[in-house]
Amino acid sequence: MIDVLDAVKTYGSVRVVDGVHLKLPAGGLTSIVGPNGAGKSTLLSLIARLLDMDGGQVLVDGLDVSTARSDVLATRIAALRQENHLAARLTVRDLVTFGRYPHSKGRTTPGDLEHVARALEFLDLEPLADRFLDEMSGGQRQRAFVAMVLCQDTEVVLLDEPLNNLDPRHAVAMMERLRAAVDELGKTVVLVVHDINVAAHYSDHIVAMADGAVMVEGSPHEVIRPEVLSSVYGLPVEVHEIAGRPHATYFPPGRPSVKFSIA
Amino acid sequence: MSREHSPTTTAAGPVSSSDRPPSRVGLAPAPADRRSLWVMIGLGGALLLAAAAFMTLGAKGSWDFVLPFRGTKLLAMALVGVAVAVSTVLFQTVTDNRILTPSIMGFDALYLLLQTSLVFTIGSARLAAVDAGVMFGVELAVMVTFGVALYRWLLTGARRSVHVLVLAGIVLGVLFRSLSSFMQRLIDPNEFQVLQDAMFASLNSFDRSLVWPAAGLLAVAVGVAWGLRRRLDVLLLGRERATSLGVDHRRTVGLVLVVVAVLVSVSTALVGPIMFFGLLVANLAYRLAGSHRHGVVLPVAALLGVLALVAGQTILERVFAFDTALAVIIEFLGGIVFLVLLVRGEKR
Repeated sequence: MIDVLDAVKTYGSVRVVDGVHLKLPAGGLTSIVGPNGAGKSTLLSLIARLLDMDGGQVLVDGLDVSTARSDVLATRIAALRQENHLAARLTVRDLVTFGRYPHSKGRTTPGDLEHVARALEFLDLEPLADRFLDEMSGGQRQRAFVAMVLCQDTEVVLLDEPLNNLDPRHAVAMMERLRAAVDELGKTVVLVVHDINVAAHYSDHIVAMADGAVMVEGSPHEVIRPEVLSSVYGLPVEVHEIAGRPHATYFPPGRPSVKFSIA
Repeated sequence: MSREHSPTTTAAGPVSSSDRPPSRVGLAPAPADRRSLWVMIGLGGALLLAAAAFMTLGAKGSWDFVLPFRGTKLLAMALVGVAVAVSTVLFQTVTDNRILTPSIMGFDALYLLLQTSLVFTIGSARLAAVDAGVMFGVELAVMVTFGVALYRWLLTGARRSVHVLVLAGIVLGVLFRSLSSFMQRLIDPNEFQVLQDAMFASLNSFDRSLVWPAAGLLAVAVGVAWGLRRRLDVLLLGRERATSLGVDHRRTVGLVLVVVAVLVSVSTALVGPIMFFGLLVANLAYRLAGSHRHGVVLPVAALLGVLALVAGQTILERVFAFDTALAVIIEFLGGIVFLVLLVRGEKR
C-alpha cells in the first residue's frame, strides 16, 4: 500500500530523512516512534506529498506521490500535520466539511453532510459543532482536525501526533476509534506517536526511527524491547509484560517510580 | 462533552462509504447563509442610494453633460473599489493572513516604478504619442511578469512569519519608491510633471480614456477569481492542508497572484496608490459576511469597497465641498486599522 524507496529530505546540510526504505501493507495500524528530530514527521509529510523530496520515491497505492495528480491522491490519502494554526475564523462544522472537498469540490451534497455528521459523532464533537475553533481548547481543536481528516474518507490516513493536547480519556477514545477504523473498515492508518506505550498497545506494526533512518521495525513484541528502545532513545528503558503486552518504563530510579499507564 | 462514549461500538464511523438514509443534520440553509444574503442586499441597497445621490446632488447645468461626466467618474470609483477590495481578499487568502495587503507588500509601488522607468527611458513626449490603452497594456504585461515572479518567490518558498513579510514588503516598497524618485530627479521637470499626477492617489484626476479598457480587464480578472472561489476557500486552511485536500497550491497561488497584479494595475493606473484602503475593506468584509466562503466574502468586500468610495466622495464633495480629501481620510482610518491588527496579532 505504502512503499517508501530510499526517501531523502535535506534542510541545508542536514539530512533529516536519510534514505528511508519502508513497506507498509494495506490495512493495519502502524506507529512511527523515535526521539525528537528523528525525522518522523518529515517522513510522514513526504508520504503525504506535503513536502518535496530531495531523493527517492514514495508510492501510495501504486501512485508516485510526487508526480500523481494532487486531486486524485486526495481521494486515497489524508494527512494531518501537527500545527493547528488557522488565519480564518471557522466553526468545527465548517472545518470538518472541508474534509469532503476532494469528493465534492466545494459543492456540498446531502451525502457529504451525512459524512460530516458521522465524523462529528465519531469524535464526540456534536455539542461543539457550531463553536468557532479559536474559542476552543487545544484538545478540542485537535479532535476537530482529526475529524476533518477522517471525513476525507480515504484508504490511507496519516496522522502526526493525533494525541497532542488530549486528556487520557480522549486519547484512549481516539486510539480505540482509529483501531476500529482499521479493524472494521480496513483503513491503513499511520501515526507518529510520542508515547511508546500507546504504540505498544494499539499498533500492528511499529517503526522506530533515529537520525533520519529506520532503526528497527516489526511487531510491538519485536520493537518494544529494552535493548532496542535504549539505543533508539539513548536512555535506559525497562520493559515489563502487563496483561500479555510489552510496557516500557523509562524514569530513572531514585524517585518514586511513576508509570504512565493508559489502559 | 458530557456524553459517555463506548468507543468500540461507535466504530462504523465516518469512514465508510455513504449510502445511508439522509440525515436530519444541517440540510436546511443555515442561519449564517441567510444573514450573508441580507448583508449583501443591505449593502447593495445602500450602494444604489449612494450612487443616486452622487449622480444627482448639487447638479448645475445640463443633465446631458452632468450625467455622462459623473457617470464616468462613478464607474471609475466602482472599478477602483472592486479592484482594491477583491485583490486584497485574494492576497490575504493566498498568504494565509489578515494583515498583509498588496499595497503593504509594495505591489503598487512596483507599478509606479514601472511607469517612471518608462518615462525615464522613452521620454514623455514620445510616450504621449502612444495610445493610453496601449501604454497601459505594456505596463500591465511587465507588472504581471515581474510582480508574479517576485511575490511568488517571496510567498511560496519557505514558511515565513507575517512580521518578516511585513518587513520585506516595507523594504521592497521603499526600494521601489526610492528608485522611482531617483529617476524622477534625473528627468526633465516637464516630464516630472507628467509623473507627479500618477504618484498621489486622487479620485478627481483619473485618466478618462483608461476607464473602459480597465473595466474590461477588471471583468476578466474578477471572473477568474469567482471561478476559483471554492478552491480559495480551501486555501484558507493553509498550504499543507490545502495540498492534502488535493489543491495544487503552487499553481493556484501563481494564478491568484496574476489576478492580483492585474487588479492592482487597474486601480493604480486609474487613481494612483492607496495604501490602507484594501485592509480596511477586507477586514470589515470578514466581520460582516458571516461566512468564510469566498462566494460571500468577495461580493461583500467588493460592495463595501465601492460603497465606501462612492458614499465618501458624495459626502465630501457635495456636502462638505472638499475635493481631494477622501484618499487622506481613507488612509488615516486604514492606517489605524493596520496598527490595531498588527498589535492584536502580536498577542495571539
